[in-house]
Amino acid sequence: MTIKLNALAAAALAVVAVTGAQAAEPKSGGILRFYHRETPPSLSIHEEATFSVNVPAMGLYNNLVVYDQHKAQNSMGTIVPDLADSWAWSSDNLSLSFKLHQGVKWHDGQPFTSKDVKCTFDLIQGKGQDKFRKNPRKDLFKNVTDVTTNGDYEVTLHLSRPQPSILAMLASGYTPMYSCHVTAAQMRTTPIGTGPFKFVEFKQNESIKLTKNSDYFKKGLPYLDGIEYTIIPNRATAVLAFVAGRIDATFPSEMTSALIKDIKSQDPTAVCEIGPINVNSNLIVNRDKPPFDNADLRKAMALSLDRKAFIDIIFQGQGDAGGALLPPPEGVWGMPPDILKTIPGYGDVAKSREEARGIMAKLGYSADKPLKIKVSTRNLATYRDPAVVLIDQLKTVYIDAELDPVESSAWFAKVARGDYSVGLNLTGNGIDDPDQAFYENYACGSERNYTNYCNKEIEALFDKQSVETDVEKRKKLVWDIDKKLQEDVARPILMHGRSGMCWKPYVKNMTIMNNSVYNGFRYEDVWLDK
Amino acid sequence: MGSYLVRRFFLMLLTLFGISVLVFVMLRLVPGNIADILFDAAGMINSADKHDLERQLGIDQPIIVQYAHWIGGLAHGDLGYSYVSEKPAIQEILPRIPITAKLAGLALMFSIVFGVPLGVLSAVRQNSALDYVLRVVSLSGLSMPAFWLGLLILMAFVHFFGTIPIYTNPPVGFWNSLALYSVPAAAVGFRSSALVMRLTRSSMLEVLRQDYIRTARAKGASDQNVNYHHALRNALLPVVTVIGIEAAFLMGGLIVTETVFNIPGIARFLVEAIRWRDYPIVQNLVMFIAVVAVSINFLIDLLYAALDPRIRYAS
Repeated sequence: MTIKLNALAAAALAVVAVTGAQAAEPKSGGILRFYHRETPPSLSIHEEATFSVNVPAMGLYNNLVVYDQHKAQNSMGTIVPDLADSWAWSSDNLSLSFKLHQGVKWHDGQPFTSKDVKCTFDLIQGKGQDKFRKNPRKDLFKNVTDVTTNGDYEVTLHLSRPQPSILAMLASGYTPMYSCHVTAAQMRTTPIGTGPFKFVEFKQNESIKLTKNSDYFKKGLPYLDGIEYTIIPNRATAVLAFVAGRIDATFPSEMTSALIKDIKSQDPTAVCEIGPINVNSNLIVNRDKPPFDNADLRKAMALSLDRKAFIDIIFQGQGDAGGALLPPPEGVWGMPPDILKTIPGYGDVAKSREEARGIMAKLGYSADKPLKIKVSTRNLATYRDPAVVLIDQLKTVYIDAELDPVESSAWFAKVARGDYSVGLNLTGNGIDDPDQAFYENYACGSERNYTNYCNKEIEALFDKQSVETDVEKRKKLVWDIDKKLQEDVARPILMHGRSGMCWKPYVKNMTIMNNSVYNGFRYEDVWLDK
Repeated sequence: MGSYLVRRFFLMLLTLFGISVLVFVMLRLVPGNIADILFDAAGMINSADKHDLERQLGIDQPIIVQYAHWIGGLAHGDLGYSYVSEKPAIQEILPRIPITAKLAGLALMFSIVFGVPLGVLSAVRQNSALDYVLRVVSLSGLSMPAFWLGLLILMAFVHFFGTIPIYTNPPVGFWNSLALYSVPAAAVGFRSSALVMRLTRSSMLEVLRQDYIRTARAKGASDQNVNYHHALRNALLPVVTVIGIEAAFLMGGLIVTETVFNIPGIARFLVEAIRWRDYPIVQNLVMFIAVVAVSINFLIDLLYAALDPRIRYAS
């Protein structure tokens, strides 16, 4: 058995080192006040797929393992113990065992045991009596064939094939442990976790309040007495509330570079950070619908793209060109620039468009006889704005497109039905990991594979990289796959956006993760220096 | 008078029934339902799970069955459950009503207290410097978008006082409440009082040109007596109508003000509920607003009769 032990002491030392580097001795007490951008659908992380839920709810729960909350870049090397004190792979890499921390209690006083881990997986995999209303990450764990317990404090995940990424998935803010004795329905309204904060109340359109869990198993934590999220959907009001000191921190990833500039001009003491969030805008083309079943036409569309223009117009230059995976240096698995520029459409724009016009001419289109299409997208500014830029760029290759804004609630249903020709979509990756990105968005039959792209050869490569344990070897496989996906026009990536967050200088120990927007909101050792 | 009241009352019930049918049907004509929205938030569609959810919530049943279920529940005081919070709808709606009622009440008070006297003043001093100033102010009130005015007020507060008059926690005590609601109420009341002012002015001007006013003056009645006793009472009829309409509007139409000042009232809640297609919340809230609007209309009808005996005798 290959043992990979991560002692709690090491993690504690790391935390101490970071806090020591950042400020003096942490102080206990105080309520951290955030604004929240909207009323989240519930606080049951497993049932939702928006970080509007993760931000207020992550502090309620613990995972088996978690990404180090003070390392900005999530990677396999930054995974630290949480409810599990240690973990170990079997020699054949087909089972992953966890030794659980003893003496952990749920917020209602019940003890946390290995049975709760099994119950969590039963819920995720739909094997138990109780069911989630919706289960967006069921497919992430489809490789887990069984979960067995050995006493109250040891649990093993059995896999159908080796999959190193399973640890990354478990470390995500999306994978908290749920208890056996609380129903899925109760978790949506009055969640019970083991986390540093307990649920107090959730009032729609008003606020979410959490209070300190005095029985938290990590001694001395949390420092805060509680966290309050005031729901302020109007961003202008929220920014003014921050400047006036009514709130201590803005909602993560809600501040654009223009807004940060505005905040800094009004409150120069504000601490603001901007970075990638691993959300990309992409072009989806219905490859089953003529004339888009023609690979040459899809290629011409991909060649029309000017990614720099997208980034400059939409994000005022604060974005990155890349493939399916977030590009380096913040992204762990994205293609390096020298590979990226070899992909058609990522180099000289004028040359690419010339080539595209040649293809279109062969297909019988011209400036006088353009291809008339509709570009469908959700009727939200974050979707609409890049769609308008896309329409403008498609014109350069004899495609006369018209915007088709789709009522937000009808968007995924429309896409799932294949009731579109060309669309613009946004894809957020919960973790910076190839398994999640590839299987979720490009595997045959996946619920989120909106273009129905299905290439068995590439899918075989997905499996090949997925079982690879050597990170450097795996990276090369991943780059090769990502390059092929872009060349195959599976779902051309237009840009990876960046956004930021601000907080008052007295808020200490705040770390913004820069390759995911779903994993860094535990706030167990954040403290207020006032 | 008695038969007039009975007739008005039954008309009120009929109107409410019509509204209930309209709201119920229109809500279901809007694309998507709660299941669509919930799965949309999850970025995926699983048809089996979606149908399961629709079955659990009863939204897969024929519309007439759903309507009967709702009305049957209402008759027993059961408003159903919010699809989003999964709490009884009454628990979600009730706490928000006083919030909006306070805001609307203050705004209405603002509009009457400033609108009527300034309108009268503007009319009796027609074409004076004061009249011109008041006309400019009232026109600005009518033409200034509420969103813009609200943000300007917030920015001014942050810039000059270093504080912001928005709702982040429920106010404790009368004075805190007054302090919290008075700024947004003034923002709303500015537009509302401008409307009342302009209407009072034009109505007064029309009345002041009537023969009986000239007769009163000829008989030696003082300006004050003519303006406030003879003219104002008759000029008030259209003003009362507009105040009534404003009152009904303020109970459900303060979406912009509630958003800018972050007040968790019923208008913002209604818009949010529509976004989620949270039928039990939308249906019951719209019915509540309809009851308020219809009741206010009913009261105005009574007030008409009190103000103008001709209406009483005609009925």
